[in-house]
Amino acid sequence: MKAARQTALLIAIVFVLGAAACGGKKPPVARPMPPPPPTSGTNPSRPPAPPEPVAEPTIVPPEPVRADAITSASLDELNKNSPLKPVFFELDSSELSELSQKTLDENAALMKRYPSWTVTVEGHCDERGTAEYNLALGERRAIAARAYLVALGIPAGRVRTVSYGKEFPFDPAQTESAFSTNRRAHFVITSK
Amino acid sequence: MTKAIIAGAIAVTLIAVTGAQQPASQQPPAPPPQQPSEIVTTISGEGGAPPRLAVPDFIPLSPDAETAAIAKTIGQVLWDDLNFEREFSFIPRDTYASIPRATSFTDVPFDRWRELNADGLVVGTVQKVGTTIKVEMRLFNVRTGQSAFGRQYDGTAANPRLFAHTISDEIHKTQRALNGVARSKLTFDSDRDGERMSGTVQNRSIKEIYISDYDGENQRRVTVGKTLNIAPRWSPDGRAIAYTSYRRGGANIFISNIFQGTLDEVTKGDRVGENWLPAWSPDGTRIAFSSTRDGNPEIYVVNRDGSNLRRITNHPGIDITPTWSPTGNQIAFTSDRTGTPQIYVVGSDGLNLAKRSSDGYCDRPTWSPAPYNEIAFSSRSGPGFDIRVIDLVTGRSSALTNGEGTNESPAYSPNGRHIVFTSTRSGKTQVFTMARDGRNVKQITRTGNNEKPDWSK
Repeated sequence: MKAARQTALLIAIVFVLGAAACGGKKPPVARPMPPPPPTSGTNPSRPPAPPEPVAEPTIVPPEPVRADAITSASLDELNKNSPLKPVFFELDSSELSELSQKTLDENAALMKRYPSWTVTVEGHCDERGTAEYNLALGERRAIAARAYLVALGIPAGRVRTVSYGKEFPFDPAQTESAFSTNRRAHFVITSK
Repeated sequence: MTKAIIAGAIAVTLIAVTGAQQPASQQPPAPPPQQPSEIVTTISGEGGAPPRLAVPDFIPLSPDAETAAIAKTIGQVLWDDLNFEREFSFIPRDTYASIPRATSFTDVPFDRWRELNADGLVVGTVQKVGTTIKVEMRLFNVRTGQSAFGRQYDGTAANPRLFAHTISDEIHKTQRALNGVARSKLTFDSDRDGERMSGTVQNRSIKEIYISDYDGENQRRVTVGKTLNIAPRWSPDGRAIAYTSYRRGGANIFISNIFQGTLDEVTKGDRVGENWLPAWSPDGTRIAFSSTRDGNPEIYVVNRDGSNLRRITNHPGIDITPTWSPTGNQIAFTSDRTGTPQIYVVGSDGLNLAKRSSDGYCDRPTWSPAPYNEIAFSSRSGPGFDIRVIDLVTGRSSALTNGEGTNESPAYSPNGRHIVFTSTRSGKTQVFTMARDGRNVKQITRTGNNEKPDWSK
């Protein structure tokens, strides 16, 4: 999105400069363009690039380079460090906090950008509930996350749910921070 | 009904009691025609106290080392089996050394056993006959020197413990009118094999279903799913285990017919939602479970073959973890309809709903067999859970565990006198048994995490 906005800005500048060059009585003062923002991997000590020729703006590819990494990654690679972030819950609760809703907004945006993805939302619980009741509580958490995504316009058919209760703790430690890590709706991309 | 499994393994012959009543004389037994007889006498203790039993090692009649080892094993296991029900008191085994060992049923030194105040004495022999072994036992009344009960068993040497379990159950039955549990079995889920779920994100340990003898011996895995197979439940006939499996992605109810190696799928098809925690009706024809097929966790009952589905509960709260009453007329389950999870009872027709618990957070109700009329469950107490029991007559609940680790998932033994449950008191989650009053806690599993146990019926 950011890249698209930059492109629009660049085009606008080109247009304004071009109009000024044609219509103004005063000859335009030649001012150097600000250097483009450094991209990752460039040497910061490099001298500033010369101004771009006004008439030929660079064509910015429609998708950022980072997205290519997502598109080309295998499902396993994607899910290992998933771009869809988990949302976390309070003890015995399946309510979505403001922070969780913000995370889900971002996940929904990503799912809209990759409309071919289907996703399974896994509900997980910490060890402070019973194994049996936690199966249903995990389901509640997964369904809460799914309902939120669907309300944001994600087709219901793209989001499945499954509950693992407390069978698959992410952190097996018996600490408060482990417990809060384990109370989550976890996103797994199942096809792309 | 575990007995049905055993019947083929050991052939039992009732010893003619009249022919076995030999005093401790060297007189060879007169050989009357030995008619099998059901005449059994009972041994009582002094002044109404429990009878005091002595159970020395059995006598090997064959000279080989294997027979000697089997004879020793049977004596020790029988002692443990009889001790488990606390119906007898025992003369400690380490005091037996002072008494000359009998070499047959005819040279038992009863006067010496009388000096130890024994009321009853179990004497047994083990003999190798071809590829099988023959085990013969007598329960002697030490005061009279007469046999109160005697049996002969033929079977394979593969599992000598089974002879002891069978003898124990028969002694309890004939002497105390009690259905012993020595031949009953446990089942539970476990991650002990360290196998990982393939194709997933995280490093996840799969869980499989295991079975074991009631005392934790002969632990064996019965599922190969490479996924989560959890919450197993013995069928009333002891030939099948129903459980929750994720082998189709979501949770579904499967039945493993463990002696045929076949698998039945109870919940299948599209849009069946998640299906959890099957519980067999007492007659084994129906299964109660929890499902989200209508959008919310509710209790359903279905025939064993998946037909005739009926919905039992109807509430937007969570309804899960069903258990049947011994008559099959009622189902207890967990519901959070009033906020925290609590135990409810409803008719198996869905009528007459009643809340039965009033503790903080309750789950995994298990209805006791008759004659006890109670429901065991796990209840939050501080940071963890403890096993509690509600008396359904008085409505009172009491704790059976007291904060030693967290304690969950109780299930009753078939005679209602014991409870299997899980505890973290020794580290990871392990299966334990205890008496129904919370005493005699015994650890059953030691490797990996072992959870959600059930006891055969």
